[in-house]
Amino acid sequence: MTGADLFIVMIAMVGGAIRVSTPFMFVALGECLTEKSGRINLGHEGNLVLGAMVAYAGSYTTGSPWLGVLMAGCAGLVLGAMHGWICKLPRVNDIAVGIAFMSFGTGLAFFFGKPYIQPSAPRLEAIPLGDWTGNSSVAQALQVNPLFFVGIALAVFLWWAFRNMRWGLILRMTGDSAASAKAMGVSVDLVRLLATAAGGFLAGVGGAFLSLFYPGSWNEGLSSGQGLMAVALVIFARWDPVRCVFAALLFGAAGAIGPSLQSIGISQGYYFFNAAPYILTLFIMIASARSKGAAREAPGELSIVK
Amino acid sequence: MTSILSRRSLLKAGAAGLAASALPLGLARAQTPIVLGAVYVGPRDDFGWNQAHAVAMDILKQVPGVTVIEEEKVPETDAVAQSMESMINLDGANLVLATSFGYYNPFVVETAKKYPNVEFRHAAPLWNEATDPKNAGSYFCYLNQAHYVNGVAAGLSTTSNKIGFVAAKPIPSVLSNINSVLLGAKSVNPEATVQVIFTGEWSMPVREAEAANALIDAGCDVITCHVDGPKVVIETAETRGVKSCGHNASQAPLAPKGFITGAEYKWETIYKIYADALAAGQPLPNFIAGGYHNDMLRNSDFGAGASPEGVKAAEAAIEGLKAGKPIYVGPLKDNAGNVVIESSMDNYAPVLDGMNYLLEGVQGSIT
Repeated sequence: MTGADLFIVMIAMVGGAIRVSTPFMFVALGECLTEKSGRINLGHEGNLVLGAMVAYAGSYTTGSPWLGVLMAGCAGLVLGAMHGWICKLPRVNDIAVGIAFMSFGTGLAFFFGKPYIQPSAPRLEAIPLGDWTGNSSVAQALQVNPLFFVGIALAVFLWWAFRNMRWGLILRMTGDSAASAKAMGVSVDLVRLLATAAGGFLAGVGGAFLSLFYPGSWNEGLSSGQGLMAVALVIFARWDPVRCVFAALLFGAAGAIGPSLQSIGISQGYYFFNAAPYILTLFIMIASARSKGAAREAPGELSIVK
Repeated sequence: MTSILSRRSLLKAGAAGLAASALPLGLARAQTPIVLGAVYVGPRDDFGWNQAHAVAMDILKQVPGVTVIEEEKVPETDAVAQSMESMINLDGANLVLATSFGYYNPFVVETAKKYPNVEFRHAAPLWNEATDPKNAGSYFCYLNQAHYVNGVAAGLSTTSNKIGFVAAKPIPSVLSNINSVLLGAKSVNPEATVQVIFTGEWSMPVREAEAANALIDAGCDVITCHVDGPKVVIETAETRGVKSCGHNASQAPLAPKGFITGAEYKWETIYKIYADALAAGQPLPNFIAGGYHNDMLRNSDFGAGASPEGVKAAEAAIEGLKAGKPIYVGPLKDNAGNVVIESSMDNYAPVLDGMNYLLEGVQGSIT
């Protein structure tokens, strides 16, 4: 591999990290918020797919992609709120409900999404950050969607809010010890309902990125399991919003390895390189989840931890 | 599977018994309506394989006396057997078209044994005369001929002489399409090369977009593909301002600026042959292999990306294929330097069905 080839792969990985990471980032942040309150919502794959469909349909019918993003968020919010409300009923398992919502969300999206596979909807515009370099592949890699920055800002805000804001502290307390929250006069169910709904909103926005920016069209195979991977990324990021961003970036960059290696002529073993993101996640997860720190950082009320 | 008596077959037997006792013998229905049932593995508007079949079925809906019933997104499991049975029992289908590769064995074979009076045709060359039921059969088109035409048009529309190919899996039909694009491009432009990226999956939109971007970054200025739904690849090429060639169905509306042409199936030719045979009460052919010579392929209308000389050469190439001009003109080497084709091959030569190499001029590896 020559220096020029290495440069191509590096640029592709940076570009891949920026292009591919955003949906992972939003779903992971949404899931992080939900899990911090002590509940797991495995249904975010459904939110993601439904969000993608609603965003595309919204953008197509109203002509405004940003309105589509908002509608996607609202669709996710409704799904999240339903999950939160059902889980508050006695003896309901949040993981089982999440799996049901995964099928519900994707099914709903496929059902209502039929008429929107063919038409072309207006898409979100990118901010060209690399045009000054004069190098077309660098310029392309640095075509950044505003949602990418929104995601990063949101992660930093959540990270700060979990430590410094009243609602952030209440959220964490609810997630770590429902009994203490009750003693403080906090309605545990309400906090979890709001957290799940807000998390659902974020996952829906992540879906909007898929259908309105990259790859930028609505079809039924669009997500191919990204919502589920993002849920895994939260564990990988150990319930820290800023680490969620890094996990998403890493995952996006690893996903670009396979195609870019083939593009510079290293084409042997592409199945292995295409699996790079999953292999990487697996190893880091094993390495990080075994530590004592990981056990300490998991919200105490999570049904998988209890 | 057939050993298990389903509730439906019991009910049917009972109903038949009742009917037999109630009706005088020999009172057949005046004319059997022609009901075609089509089963698709994905959505019928996927801009790809399923849409190509659905477009043909839409044309057959216009034929008087023909009823078309369709079911989409049927997985390659027992679900397809149930879909086919329900088409036969509830809708009265007398010809079932199973359009996905994995439907054939055991589902089409077993259902065909169970319903000997219904015809089954499957869209891959899998029917075996010796072992499989006579009311089953296969139809198949050599799409690589249309990809060859893509290559000819692309070879005269590229300026970088590099054509990018996003491929799903290295199976013979995909490899044949890649090689045919190369040979088509080289036939008019000896400098042309093809670079291929395999995604490893039939449908993986994000990775397909990444692959298209990587090919464009590597200098390809024409992008084509063989994946289930080419929508994402063609749209990515269009957004990046490079040209594109389509696959399976027409993607021309997706790329108003850069579309050159596309390789398309013309399944309606085959479906009309079946419908006509049913109407005339004649036996259906068990095996149809199609190409340009028997009007079973077409290339999408040329788009804004095609150069005038490319259009001319592509039209000439189509005429050549109709006349039987070979695509694989030997001797040809694979991209590791071994001679793989010694002398010119007929376009339907069976040995080509087992293709397991990429020709010299293709950058990429099948492992």
